[in-house]
Formats: sequence, structure tokens, C-alpha cells
Amino acid sequence: MDPLEILSGIKRNVILGRVDESDEGYEGDMEGEPGVTELVARAIEQSVPVQRILSESLSPAMEAVGAKYEAQEYLIPDMLASAECVSSAMDILEPYLVGSDVERKGRVVLATVEGDLHDIGKNIVGTLLKGGGYEVCDLGTSVAAARIVDEVREHGTDVVGLSALLTSTMTQMRSVLEALEAAGLRDRVKVIVGGAPLSEKFAVSIGADAYCRDAFEAIDWLDAMRQEA
Amino acid sequence: MKGQRPEAGLCRAGVVVRPIERLDAVRTGMLHEASLQILQDPGITCFNAEAASIFADADCPTERSPGDGAWLVRIPRAVVEWAIDSAPSRVVLGAREPANTLVLDTEVPRVYFGTGSETNVFLETQMIEAERPDRSSSPTRYPRHTGERGTVRRLADSARLCNALEHVDFFIRNVNIQDEDIETSSKDVNIFFASLRYMTKHVQAGLTDVSALDDVVRMGEIVAGGPDRFYEAPPISFIACLVKSPLQMVDDTTAKVVQFARRRLPLVISSSPQGGSTAPVQEEGMVALINAEILAGITLTQLISPGTPVLYGAVPVRARLDTLHDLYGAPEVIHYNVDCVQLARRYGVPCYSTAGVGDCHVPGMQATIEKVFSHLAVAQSGAHYIHYAIGLLDRTGTFSPVQAIIDDANVGVVKQILRPPAFDQSDVGAAVAEVRKVMRSSTRLFARHIRRQIRRGVVSEPYTLEGDGARDDVIERACDRLAEIRAAPGTPLPDDVVEAIYREVPGLLPKERFDL
Repeated sequence: MDPLEILSGIKRNVILGRVDESDEGYEGDMEGEPGVTELVARAIEQSVPVQRILSESLSPAMEAVGAKYEAQEYLIPDMLASAECVSSAMDILEPYLVGSDVERKGRVVLATVEGDLHDIGKNIVGTLLKGGGYEVCDLGTSVAAARIVDEVREHGTDVVGLSALLTSTMTQMRSVLEALEAAGLRDRVKVIVGGAPLSEKFAVSIGADAYCRDAFEAIDWLDAMRQEA
Repeated sequence: MKGQRPEAGLCRAGVVVRPIERLDAVRTGMLHEASLQILQDPGITCFNAEAASIFADADCPTERSPGDGAWLVRIPRAVVEWAIDSAPSRVVLGAREPANTLVLDTEVPRVYFGTGSETNVFLETQMIEAERPDRSSSPTRYPRHTGERGTVRRLADSARLCNALEHVDFFIRNVNIQDEDIETSSKDVNIFFASLRYMTKHVQAGLTDVSALDDVVRMGEIVAGGPDRFYEAPPISFIACLVKSPLQMVDDTTAKVVQFARRRLPLVISSSPQGGSTAPVQEEGMVALINAEILAGITLTQLISPGTPVLYGAVPVRARLDTLHDLYGAPEVIHYNVDCVQLARRYGVPCYSTAGVGDCHVPGMQATIEKVFSHLAVAQSGAHYIHYAIGLLDRTGTFSPVQAIIDDANVGVVKQILRPPAFDQSDVGAAVAEVRKVMRSSTRLFARHIRRQIRRGVVSEPYTLEGDGARDDVIERACDRLAEIRAAPGTPLPDDVVEAIYREVPGLLPKERFDL
């Protein structure tokens, strides 16, 4: 395969949601054919620049997937499959990004707040953000406010995304905001919150920058913020 | 297998269930024995001379009943058991569209749903918009229902609707045609033509006038493409409720059964006793009685023409205690029906059963609750042919097209609930591999693996009439769907078939009266 075929193959497989060769694809007839991870590895072997993989394969593929979702041709599992492809591709490309002139959309720290072990929504947000070109640092579940503050202080970040499923744990979000304030970091990061029991009103009451009902709202909000910046 | 009949190449899928049984074998045996005892003492009071003669010729003790001109017929165990053995265990009901053929086989608990009754009221529904009293928010919308008389056009409209509804597997004429120029002698041909005009599924009805039978059969033969095809998989069949409970074989319906059986036409031998008035209210009494009544009818058909295809027609209901009206929403009605399904299975006779009747007069929550419990429970018992399942309200007095659309959606859910498990060892292995693969991934989400399962048909769609967000818009959605179906041309009989029917079948109203 020449580089153009590889780049085209990556794009096609992202749209079909095939992470690797064991995936059957959208129509169920592609098992055994190289998927995104195999094709990205081949691209690296052939010294295809990371910038080209991003700009000619991954980004246009996710735009196409987004269009299919808007047209109701794709459902959320299809979106997630494609996002997972991009996420896997980014895991492979990560070492090659250092020193390249590739510009990421931004860095997002995600965490489920202390006392709460639920992470499905947070993981979906993380997958879609990675698929959308953001660098994602997922701190996991039941994360103490101090741990989030440390991450922001040590590695810097543009956005902190907080998740909670329980009414008893959503109040921890206020603690995180207060901790960021106390550490003098609040004006350096935006904080977005989400989770089943939350509301716009709650987000405003704790001083968060935004309430996002789902992963798509989170991406829209982040993209809008980036454009404003 | 009893009574071999041609195997259908294609048939509607229905849903094949693993029957859940209410009765154990001991209790089923008790009820069977009780029915046999009833058929011997007190026996059947038969008001039809020909049927009494047929029973007498089969060594059933028969004597004149003093005072009412009837015959008291006692049917011995051996005669009943011979008849049970003679009745086919597989009945093929054809259709204009061959893929809509129904195969009712007692060895395969395949469940079909369809319409029923012959309602006097045709309920139209319209959504009305009205300002709220305080005008503080957007206008409210509510359904307005209007009852209309049944006509041949409304029967044709109902058939076109049911033809379009995915989960309606067969069509029993459900609107009583009350056009002023319909005569008793012309009613049957007009019922069948109105039903067949836009219907590609199986059509079934009773017969008003036995002298119309040959004309109705000729119409069926034309639709089937000739007499041979008609008898191989008849697109029409008949219902006969020959026993008036308790235990009285009425003259005119029995005369029709004699004619159906002589022609070996498929028919339902139905009985509809009301627990608490014309039958005991308790399960064991009701079921022993209705079973005896149905067995008496089946016995008559087999004595006339052994091998006549019959369905065991159970239509038991309970009485309201305040008015003695029917009460279909009572849990006992489900008990009665499920017991009858089990008895039919014991006999190896396909079962025509009853579910989905709403006592409520209008579509809504009460009707849905009354309907859905019985849709599910009776189907779960493995009834082959569930009638009354679509569109009935006010017990069996009203047909509502909007309710039919809601029932179709609900029956779709019931079929999904009852679909059998679809996995084998390789699928289990694939599931384990999927778990391992996801656990190696960073997301640990199974979402992208859903697509394979969608292709396997194991992932259901959301409720087809769901509203936007959390709104309950079921009735409005059903109105929209009805408007879509009525705006479409449907699947009318081909012109040459219509011409042939009008050439050979007398008594039909002008063609335009059936046009939609």
C-alpha cells in the first residue's frame, strides 16, 4: 500500500468504526482486513508525517461521522466506534506528536468526583473528545479535589470536566471549584460539569463555567470556547 | 401428526414461544375428564335436526328434549376421543400474498395476532387544540372521539389499515356493515369483498346466511387463483359459534357448520360463555364447560367429514358483578384462556384464543392496561391464533383505528419480549471474546459492539409511538400514523380479479362503494 492508500484506508476505517482487524465493520463483512491501528502503524513505518494522518484521515473521517450522525444515519454506538478508532490511533501517534508541529485542540482533565464510582458518562465524553482532537487526561473515579488541583498545577490544562451520578456526590463539585480557587488556579481553567442529577441551575450555583447534558454538548461547548479564544 | 396437509413454503413469522403452562398435567387431565363427564351428563341440547341425526348415527344416545323441540345428545368418551384424533394438528390458512400464509401447527407454538368481533361502532379520533384557561403557556392538545356507523367502506378502510400494520397477522372482519341497502342475503359477499379489497393477509368471518356460502367460496377461489389453490391454502376461512352457552347447539349456526364441514372448509369452532352467568365463574367450572362445548362442535365436524380443519375456539369471558356485562380486563379471563390453550395443545388441535380486549370506551391508559397484560400472558402460553387483539374498545362493541395502531405497537413489543433466545456456543464464545477485548481497551465501553447484535436482530427499537423527550404523545402519534396509512393507496385487489368477482358473485354493492 502506498501512503495515499493508507491514509484513505485509515479514513474509511474510522468511518466504519473498525479499531483493528478483528472488527467486522459497519456491514459486518470486514473481519480480517487491516483496521485503524494496523494502518496507522503502517503509516508510521512508511514515515508518513503525523500531520498528514491527522489532517487527511482522522479529522475528515470524524467530520464525515458527525454528518452521518446529524443525518440520523448513525447512532451513538457508531459515533463511539469511530471515536474509539481515533482514540486508538492517537495512542499510537502520541510519541510522534512530541516535536511535531501538530496543534491539539486543547487539554481536558476529566474526573468523577470523590465518593462516586460511576464512569460510563465520563468515559463516553473522553472517547468523543479524543476522537474530536482534544488531548484527554482521565483521572478516573472517586478523585479527590486535591488530586485534580495537583494535575492542573503540574501539567497545566485548558478545561476540567467533572462528572457525578449521585445527588449525594454532586456536591463534591463545589469542593473542587473551591480547591482550584484556593490554589489560585481557577482563572486559568474552565470547569464544565455533567451527570444525570445535574442541571444548568446547579452548575451556576456552584460557579462552574458550563453544564453539559451529554458528550455532544461538551464537544460543542469546547469547540465554541476554542473559536472564541 | 394427525391430518397431514400440504406444507406451506412460506409463512408469516409470528413469534415462536416456549409455552409457559399454568396447569400441570394432573389438572389438565382433571379438566379433560370433567368435560367428558359433562358431554355424557347432562350432554348437549341440540336444536338442529340434522346434527342430532349425525350424532345418533355415531352411537351417541339421543332423545327428544321435552317441551323445546330439541334433542338431548350424550356424546360418549370414545366418540369424542376419536374426533380429537381425527382433527388435523396442522391447519394452513392462505392469503392473497403467499408470504402472509399462516401455518398453525400444534407441534410448533407459533403465535399470531389479529382482529376480531363485528363491532357496531367505528370510533374516529381527532386531535383538538385548545387554549389553556390561564393562557400562560402553549395550547393543550387532546383527542376527541366520534362514534360512526359501520359501512362497507369503513370495513374496507379497517382492512387496509390492518394490512399496513406489521404485527397484525390475520384479519377477522371487525366492522358490522350497516349500509341501508345491504340485505341479509347479500351481507356475506359484501363483508368478504370489503375485507379482501385491500387485504393481502388471511381473512376470516362468520356467515350470516348459509345460502351465501357457495358465492363466498367462489370469491375465495378467484382470489386464490382457482379451486385447487383455494383448498391447498384458502385465503378465507370461517368462524362458527354453534354452541350457545350453556351447552345448547343452536339451529342456524349448526346448519352452517354442517355445510362448512361437508366442504372441508377451515373453520373455528368457538364458544363464548360468560363466567358468572352462562358458565361457572371459577376457573375449573368455566374451563370444563367451554371445553365440553368446543369438543362437541369439533366432534360434529369430524363426524361429518373426518379431517375437516378446525381451530379450537376459546372465547371465555367473565361477568361484571354490577351489570353482568362482559369484563375482559379481569385476570380470570387470562386464566380461562391459558387453560384452554393447554387443553387444545393436549388434543393436538390448533388454538384460536382471545386477548387484547379493552373494557374502556376510548383509547388511553385503562385500555392499554387491560389489553397488554392479556396480549402478553396468552401469547406466552403458546396460543396459535389470538383474535380480538387489535383495535377493540368498549369490550367488543367498538373498533378504533387509532387503538389498532397502538395495539399493533404493543403487540410488537410483546413479540420482542417473547422472542426465543438466539445464541449457541459460538455466540457465547464471541461474547467472552468481546468482554476480553473491551477490557483491554481504554474506554471499557461495549457500545461499538452493539452493531453486530443489531444485525443479529437481538436489539429492539424504542417504542414506535414514543413522543419527543418525556412527553406522552402516543395517541397523537397514532393519529399521525393513521393519516399516513390512509393517504397511501394500499394494496387493492388487481382489476382483473375484481372484474372476475363482479362477474361471478352476485349481490355486491357498486364497486365505488368499496373504494378508498
